[in-house]
Amino acid sequence: MNKPQPSSDSTLLLKTFFGLLLRDLRVLTRELGPFLLRVGMQPLLFLFVFTFVMPRMAGGSPLSSAGPGFGSILLPGLMAVAIMFSGIAGVALPLSTEFGVTREIDDRVMCPAPVAVVAIEKVVFSALQSMIAALLVIPMAIYIPATPVYPDLHRWWLLILILVLSSLLAGALGLAIGSSVSPKNIGLVFSIIVVPITFLGCVYYPWAYLDKIRWLQIAVLLNPIVYISEGLRSAVTPQVHAMPAWVVLPALLVFLYVLGRFGLRGFLRRVIS
Amino acid sequence: MIVEIEALTKIYEGKQSVIAVDGIDLSVNPGEIFGLLGPNGAGKTTTISIATTRTLPTSGSVRIAGVDVVARPAEARRFIGVVPQYNTLDRSLSIYENLYFHCRYFGFTHSQARQRSDELLEQFLLSERKKAYPSQLSGGLAQRVQIARAIAHRPTVLFLDEPSAGLDPQSRLAMWNAVQVLRKDGITVVLTTHYMEEADALSDRVAIVDHGRMLAIGSPQKLKETFGAQTIIHLTLRHLDAAESVAAELRLRPGVQNVELAQDSLRVFTNGAEGLLTDLIHAASPLGLRDIAISEPSLETVFIQLTGRDLRE
Repeated sequence: MNKPQPSSDSTLLLKTFFGLLLRDLRVLTRELGPFLLRVGMQPLLFLFVFTFVMPRMAGGSPLSSAGPGFGSILLPGLMAVAIMFSGIAGVALPLSTEFGVTREIDDRVMCPAPVAVVAIEKVVFSALQSMIAALLVIPMAIYIPATPVYPDLHRWWLLILILVLSSLLAGALGLAIGSSVSPKNIGLVFSIIVVPITFLGCVYYPWAYLDKIRWLQIAVLLNPIVYISEGLRSAVTPQVHAMPAWVVLPALLVFLYVLGRFGLRGFLRRVIS
Repeated sequence: MIVEIEALTKIYEGKQSVIAVDGIDLSVNPGEIFGLLGPNGAGKTTTISIATTRTLPTSGSVRIAGVDVVARPAEARRFIGVVPQYNTLDRSLSIYENLYFHCRYFGFTHSQARQRSDELLEQFLLSERKKAYPSQLSGGLAQRVQIARAIAHRPTVLFLDEPSAGLDPQSRLAMWNAVQVLRKDGITVVLTTHYMEEADALSDRVAIVDHGRMLAIGSPQKLKETFGAQTIIHLTLRHLDAAESVAAELRLRPGVQNVELAQDSLRVFTNGAEGLLTDLIHAASPLGLRDIAISEPSLETVFIQLTGRDLRE
């Protein structure tokens, strides 16, 4: 008999959590190629078109003329997009199928831990993917543009802090979407949620530049992606004017809390009737 | 007691409130195979969902190995194995990995999980398919993997919800065998079914449920003796106009215990069909007798006796 040693509740909880992480890791390593394509394609093409192709065109890009190079503006923005996409692809999409027809989530929900642990594991695992996706953007920004964009890593501690919080936030957003949207509408989510929050998320322009359109500058403050972009901007490209960290960090925490709670509530409602 | 259910009710609120479980009390002894028999919609699945921590009861309580499933669900799940009605195998993992990771969720170390998975693959004759993915399996095989996975963490009680739904007869027999083997391992089994043959063949004790209530409980043998120790002869008729008077007349015959009028037939309850058949045919002929069917005493006849309906109606 290889019955596991009776362990205290908290060690069993850790082992369960670790088991869930291992399962996701196994699935991810099997799909490493598609994963890299998924997270890499968008920043790759963006950098290629806007920082390599356009500057070579006659007259250059109108974007490249004023202020700091467009590449410097784009680097943190693309990291933010990578983080958010991974959160949605890592949590919302799998959850919507696992809740849907196949009910694959059932076996994990029946593990000897509070149901919330299953949801938290999903968020944590997707956060790991988000961080990888964001870090992948850095070498791309160095090698692809006509003029390389080097991140400033002097404030590495701020970068790590913002990266971790942003990635968890993206996972929480994925959880909120995945557990509240029915599987057949999940495609629609991209058009009505993902696209707007990306384009209005200060990804392709710093928030400060919006001062000419005051109402928009205030309205976008409700968009969590703004704080991810601006936070990364203040961490890796300090030459570009960005929101200060003392604004960004509390905002990230508030959104993490709100979306996390909303997502958890939805998750519990889906698995316990 | 492994499973103790007390005054359990579940009401689904909505535009029209549905009472799915309406005051069920029952307890399951260690090591027995317990069947919940009833038609679809009787409340069997809801009862199991509550016992397995997936549904919250409106009132009443369920304890698994002494652990209250509402107050301490995570702890209760350590004692529970579940095979749901649908195939819920992890589609992204192979058969082996489905077992292996299930063990990891329950705190097994790598080598414990590997050893246990191999052991189960062997026990359930799945070793050859260990690298296959759930989508490549037939219904019967997938069901076997689900049972193997459900008992991987050595639960004290295994819940099987409609285990033979959608299985071909051969796979059903294989599943019955698998369940009987579990008894030897000392695992208590609670299964729901609307097939009376299944409840009869597998269960030590059966609870008959209908409309969220428990109508009777006991061993199949005892239920048959108490409620349905009678053979039922179904006479399917073309004309039912004069059926009532024929029924009244038949009731007077020796050997006939009762006669009921059903949709398009007469049900004659008797202790034995012998010698009675010719009389019945004679009496029923003027009503346009189309068919005769004889049900030997079974849980089916018990159910008819208790509810006046067929399990399949």
